[in-house]
Amino acid sequence: MVRLDKVSVTLGGRRVVEAVSADLGGGVIGLIGPNGAGKSTLVRAVAGLIPAEGAILIDGASIASMPLRDRARRIAYLPQGQSVHWPLTVARLVALGRLPHLAPFARPGVGDAQAIESALERTALLSLRDRPVDELSGGERARVLLARALAVEAPLLLADEPLAALDPAHQIEVMALLRAEAARGATVIAVLHDLTLAARWCDRLLLIDQGRLVADGKPADVLTANRIGAVYGVSAYIGEAQGEPLIVPLSHH
Amino acid sequence: MTKSLPINLTLVVLALLCAMLSLGLGPAHLGWGRAFAALIGQGDPIATTIVWQLRLPRSLLALMIGAMLGGAGAALQGYLRNPLADPGVLGTSSTAALGAVFALYYGFAATSPLTLPLFAIVGALVGLIPLLLLAARSEGPLALILAGVAIATAAGAGISLAINFAPNPFAAIEIMTWLMGSLADRSFLHVCLALPCIAIGLGLILLEGRALDALTLGEEGATALGVNLRRTRLSLLIATAIGVGGAVAVSGAIGFVGLVVPHLVRPFTDRRPSSLLIPSALGGAALLAAADALVRSVPTLDEPRLGVVTALIGVPVFLHQLMRARRQW
Repeated sequence: MVRLDKVSVTLGGRRVVEAVSADLGGGVIGLIGPNGAGKSTLVRAVAGLIPAEGAILIDGASIASMPLRDRARRIAYLPQGQSVHWPLTVARLVALGRLPHLAPFARPGVGDAQAIESALERTALLSLRDRPVDELSGGERARVLLARALAVEAPLLLADEPLAALDPAHQIEVMALLRAEAARGATVIAVLHDLTLAARWCDRLLLIDQGRLVADGKPADVLTANRIGAVYGVSAYIGEAQGEPLIVPLSHH
Repeated sequence: MTKSLPINLTLVVLALLCAMLSLGLGPAHLGWGRAFAALIGQGDPIATTIVWQLRLPRSLLALMIGAMLGGAGAALQGYLRNPLADPGVLGTSSTAALGAVFALYYGFAATSPLTLPLFAIVGALVGLIPLLLLAARSEGPLALILAGVAIATAAGAGISLAINFAPNPFAAIEIMTWLMGSLADRSFLHVCLALPCIAIGLGLILLEGRALDALTLGEEGATALGVNLRRTRLSLLIATAIGVGGAVAVSGAIGFVGLVVPHLVRPFTDRRPSSLLIPSALGGAALLAAADALVRSVPTLDEPRLGVVTALIGVPVFLHQLMRARRQW
Protein backbone atom coordinates (compact mmCIF):
# COMPACT_ATOMS: atom_id res chain seq x y z
CA MET A 1 0.00 0.00 0.00
CA VAL A 2 1.54 3.27 -1.15
CA ARG A 3 0.23 6.61 0.00
CA LEU A 4 1.22 9.85 -1.70
CA ASP A 5 0.24 12.88 0.36
CA LYS A 6 0.67 16.24 -1.37
CA VAL A 7 3.89 15.15 -3.05
CA SER A 8 5.72 18.01 -4.75
CA VAL A 9 9.12 18.00 -6.44
CA THR A 10 11.22 21.01 -7.36
CA LEU A 11 14.08 20.42 -9.79
CA GLY A 12 16.48 23.22 -10.67
CA GLY A 13 14.14 25.83 -9.19
CA ARG A 14 11.19 24.59 -11.27
CA ARG A 15 8.14 22.95 -9.77
CA VAL A 16 7.93 19.67 -11.70
CA VAL A 17 5.42 17.79 -9.57
CA GLU A 18 2.72 19.74 -7.70
CA ALA A 19 0.81 18.35 -4.72
CA VAL A 20 -0.01 14.87 -6.00
CA SER A 21 -2.07 12.83 -3.55
CA ALA A 22 -3.21 9.25 -4.12
CA ASP A 23 -3.60 5.93 -2.35
CA LEU A 24 -2.15 3.18 -4.49
CA GLY A 25 -2.79 -0.37 -3.41
CA GLY A 26 -2.52 -3.36 -5.70
CA GLY A 27 -3.02 -3.92 -9.39
CA VAL A 28 -1.36 -2.31 -12.38
CA ILE A 29 -1.54 1.47 -12.15
CA GLY A 30 -0.72 3.40 -15.29
CA LEU A 31 0.88 6.82 -15.03
CA ILE A 32 0.03 8.72 -18.20
CA GLY A 33 0.39 12.27 -19.43
CA PRO A 34 2.23 14.33 -22.06
CA ASN A 35 6.01 14.54 -22.32
CA GLY A 36 7.43 16.72 -19.56
CA ALA A 37 4.31 16.36 -17.39
CA GLY A 38 6.40 15.10 -14.48
CA LYS A 39 5.63 11.37 -14.67
CA SER A 40 9.24 10.18 -14.49
CA THR A 41 10.01 12.73 -11.78
CA LEU A 42 7.10 11.46 -9.70
CA VAL A 43 8.28 7.86 -10.14
CA ARG A 44 11.85 8.80 -9.15
CA ALA A 45 10.52 10.60 -6.09
CA VAL A 46 8.50 7.53 -5.09
CA ALA A 47 11.66 5.43 -5.57
CA GLY A 48 13.39 7.81 -3.16
CA LEU A 49 15.97 8.87 -5.75
CA ILE A 50 15.19 12.58 -5.55
CA PRO A 51 13.98 14.62 -2.58
CA ALA A 52 10.28 15.46 -2.47
CA GLU A 53 8.04 17.58 -0.31
CA GLY A 54 4.96 16.02 1.23
CA ALA A 55 4.86 12.43 2.36
CA ILE A 56 5.47 9.18 0.50
CA LEU A 57 4.50 6.24 2.70
CA ILE A 58 4.84 2.53 2.03
CA ASP A 59 2.73 0.47 4.44
CA GLY A 60 2.70 3.50 6.71
CA ALA A 61 6.49 4.03 6.73
CA SER A 62 7.98 7.14 5.16
CA ILE A 63 10.46 6.31 2.40
CA ALA A 64 12.50 9.41 3.26
CA SER A 65 13.46 8.12 6.70
CA MET A 66 13.76 4.46 5.68
CA PRO A 67 17.28 2.93 5.59
CA LEU A 68 18.46 2.60 1.99
CA ARG A 69 18.53 -1.19 2.00
CA ASP A 70 15.05 -1.48 3.52
CA ARG A 71 13.74 0.81 0.85
CA ALA A 72 15.54 -1.15 -1.87
CA ARG A 73 13.84 -4.35 -0.66
CA ARG A 74 10.41 -2.72 -0.82
CA ILE A 75 10.70 -0.84 -4.09
CA ALA A 76 11.96 -2.28 -7.36
CA TYR A 77 12.74 0.44 -9.89
CA LEU A 78 13.08 -0.09 -13.62
CA PRO A 79 14.37 3.19 -15.05
CA GLN A 80 13.67 4.52 -18.49
CA GLY A 81 16.42 3.61 -20.97
CA GLN A 82 18.42 1.65 -18.38
CA SER A 83 22.04 1.40 -19.44
CA VAL A 84 24.19 -1.62 -18.59
CA HIS A 85 27.83 -0.66 -18.27
CA TRP A 86 29.55 -4.04 -18.37
CA PRO A 87 28.70 -7.06 -20.53
CA LEU A 88 27.48 -9.32 -17.73
CA THR A 89 25.62 -12.49 -18.53
CA VAL A 90 21.83 -12.45 -18.27
CA ALA A 91 21.85 -14.47 -15.05
CA ARG A 92 24.49 -12.24 -13.44
CA LEU A 93 22.58 -9.12 -14.34
CA VAL A 94 19.29 -10.47 -13.00
CA ALA A 95 21.14 -11.49 -9.83
CA LEU A 96 21.88 -7.81 -9.14
CA GLY A 97 18.23 -7.59 -8.11
CA ARG A 98 19.10 -9.64 -5.03
CA LEU A 99 21.70 -7.16 -3.71
CA PRO A 100 19.27 -5.44 -1.31
CA HIS A 101 18.56 -8.81 0.31
CA LEU A 102 22.17 -9.82 0.90
CA ALA A 103 23.66 -9.19 4.30
CA PRO A 104 27.15 -7.69 4.06
CA PHE A 105 29.65 -10.40 3.03
CA ALA A 106 26.94 -13.09 2.92
CA ARG A 107 26.83 -15.27 -0.16
CA PRO A 108 23.53 -15.45 -2.06
CA GLY A 109 21.36 -18.14 -0.46
CA VAL A 110 18.74 -20.61 -1.65
CA GLY A 111 16.03 -17.94 -1.52
CA ASP A 112 18.08 -15.66 -3.75
CA ALA A 113 18.72 -18.42 -6.27
CA GLN A 114 15.01 -19.22 -6.36
CA ALA A 115 14.08 -15.57 -6.89
CA ILE A 116 16.56 -15.34 -9.77
CA GLU A 117 15.31 -18.58 -11.36
CA SER A 118 11.72 -17.48 -10.97
CA ALA A 119 12.41 -14.08 -12.56
CA LEU A 120 14.24 -15.76 -15.46
CA GLU A 121 11.43 -18.24 -15.92
CA ARG A 122 8.62 -15.67 -15.85
CA THR A 123 10.41 -13.60 -18.47
CA ALA A 124 11.24 -16.69 -20.58
CA LEU A 125 14.96 -16.05 -20.29
CA LEU A 126 16.13 -19.42 -19.02
CA SER A 127 17.62 -20.34 -22.40
CA LEU A 128 19.50 -17.02 -22.58
CA ARG A 129 20.90 -17.11 -19.06
CA ASP A 130 24.55 -17.43 -20.04
CA ARG A 131 24.46 -14.92 -22.90
CA PRO A 132 26.21 -11.56 -22.39
CA VAL A 133 23.58 -8.80 -22.31
CA ASP A 134 25.35 -6.75 -24.95
CA GLU A 135 24.68 -9.48 -27.51
CA LEU A 136 20.91 -9.47 -27.05
CA SER A 137 18.24 -7.82 -29.18
CA GLY A 138 16.37 -4.78 -27.89
CA GLY A 139 13.34 -6.86 -26.92
CA GLU A 140 15.43 -9.45 -25.10
CA ARG A 141 17.32 -6.73 -23.27
CA ALA A 142 14.10 -5.09 -22.10
CA ARG A 143 13.00 -8.47 -20.75
CA VAL A 144 16.32 -8.96 -18.94
CA LEU A 145 16.07 -5.54 -17.30
CA LEU A 146 12.50 -6.29 -16.24
CA ALA A 147 13.64 -9.65 -14.87
CA ARG A 148 16.31 -7.81 -12.88
CA ALA A 149 13.56 -5.67 -11.31
CA LEU A 150 11.32 -8.71 -10.71
CA ALA A 151 14.15 -10.52 -8.93
CA VAL A 152 13.98 -7.95 -6.14
CA GLU A 153 10.55 -9.43 -5.27
CA ALA A 154 9.53 -6.07 -3.89
CA PRO A 155 5.90 -5.33 -3.02
CA LEU A 156 6.12 -2.20 -5.19
CA LEU A 157 7.41 -2.24 -8.78
CA LEU A 158 8.02 1.09 -10.50
CA ALA A 159 8.51 0.80 -14.26
CA ASP A 160 9.36 3.98 -16.16
CA GLU A 161 8.32 3.55 -19.79
CA PRO A 162 8.86 -0.21 -19.89
CA LEU A 163 7.41 -0.31 -23.41
CA ALA A 164 9.70 2.27 -25.02
CA ALA A 165 11.34 0.99 -28.21
CA LEU A 166 9.50 -2.33 -28.15
CA ASP A 167 7.55 -3.82 -31.05
CA PRO A 168 3.82 -4.62 -30.54
CA ALA A 169 4.43 -8.25 -29.61
CA HIS A 170 7.02 -7.34 -26.98
CA GLN A 171 4.80 -4.54 -25.68
CA ILE A 172 2.00 -7.02 -25.03
CA GLU A 173 4.46 -9.46 -23.52
CA VAL A 174 5.79 -6.86 -21.05
CA MET A 175 2.29 -5.67 -20.09
CA ALA A 176 1.27 -9.30 -19.48
CA LEU A 177 4.34 -9.71 -17.24
CA LEU A 178 3.41 -6.60 -15.26
CA ARG A 179 -0.15 -7.95 -14.89
CA ALA A 180 1.22 -11.28 -13.69
CA GLU A 181 3.35 -9.45 -11.14
CA ALA A 182 0.24 -7.61 -9.90
CA ALA A 183 -1.59 -10.94 -9.72
CA ARG A 184 1.15 -12.16 -7.37
CA GLY A 185 0.19 -9.36 -5.01
CA ALA A 186 2.58 -6.57 -6.00
CA THR A 187 1.56 -3.01 -6.73
CA VAL A 188 2.84 -2.09 -10.19
CA ILE A 189 3.15 1.54 -11.25
CA ALA A 190 4.08 1.95 -14.91
CA VAL A 191 4.68 5.12 -16.90
CA LEU A 192 3.02 4.56 -20.27
CA HIS A 193 2.54 6.53 -23.46
CA ASP A 194 0.38 4.18 -25.52
CA LEU A 195 -3.14 5.03 -24.40
CA THR A 196 -4.71 1.92 -25.94
CA LEU A 197 -2.32 -0.36 -24.05
CA ALA A 198 -2.79 1.71 -20.89
CA ALA A 199 -6.58 1.46 -21.17
CA ARG A 200 -6.47 -2.26 -21.85
CA TRP A 201 -3.90 -3.48 -19.29
CA CYS A 202 -4.18 -1.10 -16.34
CA ASP A 203 -6.63 -1.39 -13.46
CA ARG A 204 -6.34 2.29 -12.79
CA LEU A 205 -4.85 5.32 -14.51
CA LEU A 206 -3.34 8.46 -13.07
CA LEU A 207 -3.30 11.28 -15.61
CA ILE A 208 -0.62 13.90 -14.93
CA ASP A 209 -0.50 17.27 -16.65
CA GLN A 210 2.01 20.02 -15.83
CA GLY A 211 2.93 18.32 -12.61
CA ARG A 212 -0.64 18.00 -11.34
CA LEU A 213 -2.81 14.94 -11.02
CA VAL A 214 -5.76 15.85 -13.22
CA ALA A 215 -7.61 12.54 -13.30
CA ASP A 216 -7.50 9.31 -11.31
CA GLY A 217 -9.72 6.33 -11.83
CA LYS A 218 -10.68 3.45 -14.07
CA PRO A 219 -9.29 3.75 -17.61
CA ALA A 220 -12.71 4.25 -19.19
CA ASP A 221 -13.44 7.13 -16.82
CA VAL A 222 -10.05 8.81 -17.19
CA LEU A 223 -9.65 8.54 -20.94
CA THR A 224 -12.49 10.62 -22.30
CA ALA A 225 -12.24 12.47 -25.60
CA ASN A 226 -12.59 15.81 -23.83
CA ARG A 227 -9.81 15.10 -21.37
CA ILE A 228 -7.44 13.74 -24.01
CA GLY A 229 -8.14 16.91 -25.98
CA ALA A 230 -7.47 19.16 -23.00
CA VAL A 231 -4.31 17.43 -21.79
CA TYR A 232 -2.61 16.15 -24.94
CA GLY A 233 -4.02 18.73 -27.34
CA VAL A 234 -5.22 16.10 -29.80
CA SER A 235 -8.62 14.95 -30.90
CA ALA A 236 -9.00 11.22 -30.42
CA TYR A 237 -11.19 8.40 -31.59
CA ILE A 238 -12.31 6.25 -28.67
CA GLY A 239 -13.86 2.93 -29.56
CA GLU A 240 -13.58 -0.78 -29.16
CA ALA A 241 -11.94 -3.61 -31.05
CA GLN A 242 -12.95 -7.17 -30.20
CA GLY A 243 -14.20 -6.00 -26.82
CA GLU A 244 -10.96 -4.20 -25.94
CA PRO A 245 -10.68 -0.40 -25.66
CA LEU A 246 -9.14 1.40 -28.60
CA ILE A 247 -7.85 4.96 -28.49
CA VAL A 248 -6.49 6.53 -31.64
CA PRO A 249 -5.14 10.09 -31.59
CA LEU A 250 -6.36 11.76 -34.77
CA SER A 251 -5.09 15.29 -35.12
CA HIS A 252 -3.23 17.93 -33.22
CA HIS A 253 -5.19 21.05 -32.44
CA MET B 1 33.02 -17.23 -7.65
CA THR B 2 33.44 -20.62 -9.26
CA LYS B 3 34.66 -18.96 -12.41
CA SER B 4 37.24 -16.74 -10.71
CA LEU B 5 38.92 -19.53 -8.74
CA PRO B 6 41.15 -20.88 -11.56
CA ILE B 7 42.34 -17.43 -12.57
CA ASN B 8 43.03 -16.48 -8.97
CA LEU B 9 45.05 -19.64 -8.34
CA THR B 10 46.98 -19.20 -11.57
CA LEU B 11 47.81 -15.61 -10.71
CA VAL B 12 48.88 -16.45 -7.14
CA VAL B 13 51.26 -19.09 -8.50
CA LEU B 14 52.52 -16.71 -11.16
CA ALA B 15 53.11 -13.87 -8.70
CA LEU B 16 54.95 -16.11 -6.25
CA LEU B 17 57.00 -17.61 -9.05
CA CYS B 18 58.06 -14.17 -10.28
CA ALA B 19 58.90 -13.08 -6.74
CA MET B 20 60.97 -16.23 -6.10
CA LEU B 21 62.70 -15.77 -9.41
CA SER B 22 63.59 -12.19 -8.54
CA LEU B 23 65.18 -13.31 -5.24
CA GLY B 24 67.85 -15.13 -7.20
CA LEU B 25 68.65 -12.13 -9.34
CA GLY B 26 70.88 -9.18 -8.59
CA PRO B 27 74.33 -7.68 -9.05
CA ALA B 28 75.86 -10.24 -6.66
CA HIS B 29 75.82 -13.65 -8.33
CA LEU B 30 74.46 -15.89 -5.62
CA GLY B 31 72.78 -18.50 -7.75
CA TRP B 32 69.32 -19.90 -6.95
CA GLY B 33 70.58 -22.52 -4.54
CA ARG B 34 72.42 -20.11 -2.26
CA ALA B 35 69.62 -17.55 -2.45
CA PHE B 36 66.92 -20.04 -1.44
CA ALA B 37 69.06 -21.56 1.27
CA ALA B 38 69.48 -18.05 2.67
CA LEU B 39 65.77 -17.42 2.42
CA ILE B 40 64.88 -20.41 4.59
CA GLY B 41 67.67 -19.62 7.06
CA GLN B 42 70.15 -22.26 5.92
CA GLY B 43 72.51 -20.01 3.99
CA ASP B 44 75.92 -18.50 4.55
CA PRO B 45 76.07 -15.06 6.24
CA ILE B 46 76.78 -13.09 3.06
CA ALA B 47 73.96 -14.66 1.12
CA THR B 48 71.61 -14.26 4.09
CA THR B 49 72.40 -10.55 4.35
CA ILE B 50 71.94 -9.99 0.63
CA VAL B 51 68.69 -11.92 0.40
CA TRP B 52 67.10 -10.68 3.62
CA GLN B 53 68.35 -7.08 3.61
CA LEU B 54 68.33 -6.28 -0.08
CA ARG B 55 66.34 -8.68 -2.18
CA LEU B 56 63.41 -9.82 -0.05
CA PRO B 57 62.11 -6.32 0.85
CA ARG B 58 62.31 -5.42 -2.78
CA SER B 59 60.38 -8.50 -3.90
CA LEU B 60 57.75 -7.94 -1.21
CA LEU B 61 57.37 -4.32 -2.25
CA ALA B 62 56.93 -5.34 -5.88
CA LEU B 63 54.13 -7.74 -4.91
CA MET B 64 52.40 -5.25 -2.59
CA ILE B 65 52.65 -2.23 -4.83
CA GLY B 66 51.61 -4.21 -7.90
CA ALA B 67 48.59 -5.53 -6.00
CA MET B 68 47.60 -2.04 -4.89
CA LEU B 69 47.92 -0.56 -8.36
CA GLY B 70 46.05 -3.43 -10.01
CA GLY B 71 43.28 -3.42 -7.40
CA ALA B 72 42.88 0.36 -7.49
CA GLY B 73 42.74 0.34 -11.29
CA ALA B 74 39.98 -2.29 -11.28
CA ALA B 75 38.00 -0.47 -8.59
CA LEU B 76 38.24 2.91 -10.31
CA GLN B 77 37.31 1.47 -13.71
CA GLY B 78 34.27 -0.06 -12.04
CA TYR B 79 33.34 3.03 -10.09
CA LEU B 80 33.82 5.47 -12.94
CA ARG B 81 32.47 2.93 -15.44
CA ASN B 82 35.31 3.98 -17.64
CA PRO B 83 37.86 1.54 -19.08
CA LEU B 84 40.44 4.34 -19.27
CA ALA B 85 40.54 4.90 -15.54
CA ASP B 86 43.76 4.08 -13.70
CA PRO B 87 44.98 4.76 -10.17
CA GLY B 88 46.33 8.13 -11.30
CA VAL B 89 42.98 9.36 -12.58
CA LEU B 90 42.09 11.08 -9.31
CA GLY B 91 45.38 12.99 -9.26
CA THR B 92 46.48 11.78 -5.83
CA SER B 93 49.42 9.82 -7.20
CA SER B 94 50.61 13.03 -8.84
CA THR B 95 50.36 14.99 -5.61
CA ALA B 96 52.20 12.13 -3.88
CA ALA B 97 54.95 12.50 -6.48
CA LEU B 98 54.94 16.25 -5.90
CA GLY B 99 55.43 15.65 -2.17
CA ALA B 100 58.41 13.41 -2.92
CA VAL B 101 59.88 15.93 -5.36
CA PHE B 102 59.48 18.60 -2.71
CA ALA B 103 61.53 16.47 -0.33
CA LEU B 104 64.19 15.93 -3.00
CA TYR B 105 64.28 19.57 -4.08
CA TYR B 106 64.81 20.98 -0.62
CA GLY B 107 67.21 18.25 0.35
CA PHE B 108 65.03 16.79 3.12
CA ALA B 109 65.25 13.44 1.38
CA ALA B 110 68.91 13.14 2.36
CA THR B 111 68.16 13.27 6.09
CA SER B 112 66.62 9.81 6.40
CA PRO B 113 65.43 7.08 4.00
CA LEU B 114 61.89 7.54 5.29
CA THR B 115 61.63 11.30 4.78
CA LEU B 116 60.84 11.10 1.10
CA PRO B 117 58.06 8.50 1.37
CA LEU B 118 56.51 10.39 4.28
CA PHE B 119 56.48 13.59 2.25
CA ALA B 120 54.85 11.68 -0.60
CA ILE B 121 52.11 10.31 1.65
CA VAL B 122 51.43 13.81 2.94
CA GLY B 123 51.26 14.93 -0.71
CA ALA B 124 48.65 12.24 -1.48
CA LEU B 125 46.55 13.30 1.50
CA VAL B 126 46.75 16.97 0.50
CA GLY B 127 45.58 16.00 -2.98
CA LEU B 128 42.64 14.22 -1.37
CA ILE B 129 41.28 17.41 0.22
CA PRO B 130 39.84 19.06 -2.91
CA LEU B 131 38.43 15.69 -3.99
CA LEU B 132 36.63 15.24 -0.69
CA LEU B 133 35.21 18.76 -0.83
CA LEU B 134 33.94 18.08 -4.31
CA ALA B 135 32.63 14.60 -3.57
CA ALA B 136 30.65 15.89 -0.61
CA ARG B 137 28.41 17.94 -2.85
CA SER B 138 28.38 16.38 -6.31
CA GLU B 139 26.81 13.08 -7.28
CA GLY B 140 28.34 12.07 -10.59
CA PRO B 141 31.71 10.57 -11.39
CA LEU B 142 32.48 13.02 -14.19
CA ALA B 143 33.18 15.89 -11.77
CA LEU B 144 35.66 13.63 -9.97
CA ILE B 145 37.48 12.75 -13.19
CA LEU B 146 37.72 16.42 -14.17
CA ALA B 147 38.90 17.40 -10.70
CA GLY B 148 41.47 14.58 -10.88
CA VAL B 149 42.76 15.94 -14.20
CA ALA B 150 43.02 19.42 -12.68
CA ILE B 151 44.81 18.19 -9.56
CA ALA B 152 47.22 16.04 -11.61
CA THR B 153 47.93 18.99 -13.89
CA ALA B 154 48.66 21.29 -10.97
CA ALA B 155 50.92 18.69 -9.36
CA GLY B 156 52.64 18.10 -12.71
CA ALA B 157 53.25 21.83 -13.02
CA GLY B 158 54.78 21.87 -9.55
CA ILE B 159 57.08 18.99 -10.46
CA SER B 160 58.12 20.71 -13.70
CA LEU B 161 58.81 23.87 -11.73
CA ALA B 162 61.09 21.96 -9.37
CA ILE B 163 63.02 20.49 -12.31
CA ASN B 164 63.03 23.93 -13.94
CA PHE B 165 64.58 25.63 -10.93
CA ALA B 166 66.73 22.74 -9.78
CA PRO B 167 69.93 24.19 -8.28
CA ASN B 168 72.11 22.00 -10.52
CA PRO B 169 71.72 19.37 -13.25
CA PHE B 170 72.31 16.53 -10.79
CA ALA B 171 69.37 17.60 -8.68
CA ALA B 172 67.18 17.71 -11.78
CA ILE B 173 68.34 14.23 -12.80
CA GLU B 174 67.74 12.93 -9.29
CA ILE B 175 64.12 14.14 -9.48
CA MET B 176 63.60 12.77 -12.95
CA THR B 177 65.00 9.33 -12.16
CA TRP B 178 62.90 9.13 -9.01
CA LEU B 179 59.83 9.93 -11.09
CA MET B 180 60.53 6.97 -13.36
CA GLY B 181 59.96 4.58 -10.49
CA SER B 182 62.28 2.07 -8.91
CA LEU B 183 62.47 -0.46 -6.11
CA ALA B 184 66.24 -0.47 -5.87
CA ASP B 185 67.82 -0.09 -2.42
CA ARG B 186 64.55 -0.36 -0.52
CA SER B 187 64.59 -1.90 2.95
CA PHE B 188 62.14 -3.41 5.40
CA LEU B 189 61.57 0.14 6.66
CA HIS B 190 59.92 0.86 3.34
CA VAL B 191 57.91 -2.35 3.60
CA CYS B 192 56.69 -1.30 7.04
CA LEU B 193 55.72 2.11 5.72
CA ALA B 194 53.90 0.88 2.61
CA LEU B 195 52.21 -2.18 4.11
CA PRO B 196 49.66 -0.42 6.34
CA CYS B 197 48.80 2.07 3.57
CA ILE B 198 48.30 -0.70 1.05
CA ALA B 199 46.38 -2.89 3.51
CA ILE B 200 43.97 -0.02 4.19
CA GLY B 201 43.69 0.78 0.49
CA LEU B 202 43.04 -2.78 -0.70
CA GLY B 203 40.79 -3.51 2.26
CA LEU B 204 38.53 -0.53 1.56
CA ILE B 205 38.40 -1.43 -2.12
CA LEU B 206 37.39 -5.05 -1.47
CA LEU B 207 34.58 -3.86 0.82
CA GLU B 208 33.02 -1.94 -2.07
CA GLY B 209 32.70 -4.90 -4.46
CA ARG B 210 28.93 -5.12 -4.30
CA ALA B 211 28.47 -1.38 -4.68
CA LEU B 212 30.64 -1.55 -7.81
CA ASP B 213 28.47 -4.39 -9.17
CA ALA B 214 25.33 -2.36 -8.54
CA LEU B 215 26.89 0.57 -10.43
CA THR B 216 26.67 -1.59 -13.56
CA LEU B 217 23.12 -0.17 -13.63
CA GLY B 218 24.30 3.42 -13.24
CA GLU B 219 24.11 5.75 -10.26
CA GLU B 220 20.33 5.72 -9.91
CA GLY B 221 20.17 1.99 -10.51
CA ALA B 222 22.69 1.44 -7.74
CA THR B 223 20.88 3.77 -5.34
CA ALA B 224 17.61 1.97 -6.04
CA LEU B 225 19.42 -1.25 -5.08
CA GLY B 226 20.20 0.21 -1.67
CA VAL B 227 23.79 1.32 -2.31
CA ASN B 228 24.94 4.38 -0.39
CA LEU B 229 26.88 6.01 -3.20
CA ARG B 230 28.25 8.78 -1.02
CA ARG B 231 29.90 6.24 1.25
CA THR B 232 31.21 4.23 -1.71
CA ARG B 233 32.74 7.32 -3.27
CA LEU B 234 34.33 8.38 -0.01
CA SER B 235 35.73 4.90 0.59
CA LEU B 236 37.27 4.67 -2.85
CA LEU B 237 38.77 8.15 -2.65
CA ILE B 238 40.40 7.40 0.67
CA ALA B 239 41.51 3.95 -0.51
CA THR B 240 43.14 5.43 -3.60
CA ALA B 241 44.81 8.35 -1.81
CA ILE B 242 46.22 6.27 1.04
CA GLY B 243 46.91 3.01 -0.82
CA VAL B 244 48.24 4.38 -4.10
CA GLY B 245 49.84 7.30 -2.26
CA GLY B 246 51.70 4.84 -0.04
CA ALA B 247 52.75 2.82 -3.09
CA VAL B 248 54.00 5.83 -5.04
CA ALA B 249 55.78 7.08 -1.93
CA VAL B 250 57.95 3.98 -1.84
CA SER B 251 58.40 3.18 -5.51
CA GLY B 252 57.95 6.40 -7.44
CA ALA B 253 55.47 6.65 -10.25
CA ILE B 254 54.87 3.27 -11.87
CA GLY B 255 52.48 3.78 -14.71
CA PHE B 256 50.36 1.43 -16.73
CA VAL B 257 49.99 -1.42 -14.20
CA GLY B 258 46.71 -0.06 -12.88
CA LEU B 259 45.34 0.61 -16.34
CA VAL B 260 46.40 -2.54 -18.14
CA VAL B 261 46.04 -5.30 -15.56
CA PRO B 262 42.23 -5.05 -15.19
CA HIS B 263 41.95 -5.35 -18.97
CA LEU B 264 44.28 -8.34 -19.05
CA VAL B 265 42.36 -10.32 -16.43
CA ARG B 266 38.81 -9.20 -17.27
CA PRO B 267 38.24 -11.90 -19.95
CA PHE B 268 38.88 -14.56 -17.29
CA THR B 269 36.19 -13.23 -14.95
CA ASP B 270 32.41 -13.07 -15.25
CA ARG B 271 32.87 -9.32 -15.84
CA ARG B 272 31.21 -8.18 -12.67
CA PRO B 273 33.40 -5.39 -11.30
CA SER B 274 33.59 -7.22 -7.97
CA SER B 275 34.90 -10.39 -9.59
CA LEU B 276 37.71 -8.34 -11.12
CA LEU B 277 39.14 -6.88 -7.91
CA ILE B 278 41.13 -9.84 -6.58
CA PRO B 279 42.41 -11.06 -9.98
CA SER B 280 43.53 -7.51 -10.78
CA ALA B 281 45.40 -7.21 -7.49
CA LEU B 282 47.06 -10.59 -8.05
CA GLY B 283 47.80 -9.78 -11.68
CA GLY B 284 49.32 -6.44 -10.68
CA ALA B 285 51.51 -8.21 -8.15
CA ALA B 286 52.66 -10.72 -10.77
CA LEU B 287 53.33 -8.06 -13.41
CA LEU B 288 55.33 -5.83 -11.11
CA ALA B 289 57.30 -8.77 -9.66
CA ALA B 290 58.07 -9.90 -13.21
CA ALA B 291 59.11 -6.42 -14.26
CA ASP B 292 61.31 -6.08 -11.21
CA ALA B 293 62.94 -9.46 -11.88
CA LEU B 294 63.66 -8.28 -15.41
CA VAL B 295 65.09 -5.00 -14.14
CA ARG B 296 67.41 -6.87 -11.76
CA SER B 297 68.65 -9.28 -14.39
CA VAL B 298 69.75 -6.63 -16.89
CA PRO B 299 73.57 -6.60 -16.65
CA THR B 300 74.13 -2.84 -16.76
CA LEU B 301 75.76 -0.63 -14.16
CA ASP B 302 72.66 1.48 -13.59
CA GLU B 303 69.56 -0.71 -13.83
CA PRO B 304 66.65 0.37 -16.05
CA ARG B 305 63.82 2.08 -14.19
CA LEU B 306 60.86 -0.04 -13.15
CA GLY B 307 58.21 2.34 -14.46
CA VAL B 308 59.84 2.18 -17.87
CA VAL B 309 59.98 -1.62 -17.88
CA THR B 310 56.34 -2.10 -16.80
CA ALA B 311 55.32 0.01 -19.75
CA LEU B 312 57.65 -1.90 -22.07
CA ILE B 313 56.19 -5.26 -20.96
CA GLY B 314 52.63 -4.04 -20.57
CA VAL B 315 52.09 -2.20 -23.83
CA PRO B 316 52.72 -5.11 -26.26
CA VAL B 317 50.59 -7.50 -24.21
CA PHE B 318 47.86 -4.89 -23.97
CA LEU B 319 47.89 -4.07 -27.68
CA HIS B 320 47.88 -7.76 -28.56
CA GLN B 321 44.80 -8.25 -26.44
CA LEU B 322 43.05 -5.18 -27.83
CA MET B 323 43.51 -6.49 -31.35
CA ARG B 324 42.30 -9.96 -30.44
CA ALA B 325 39.35 -8.93 -28.31
CA ARG B 326 35.86 -8.99 -29.73
CA ARG B 327 34.81 -5.99 -27.72
CA GLN B 328 36.53 -3.14 -26.00
CA TRP B 329 36.40 -4.53 -22.48
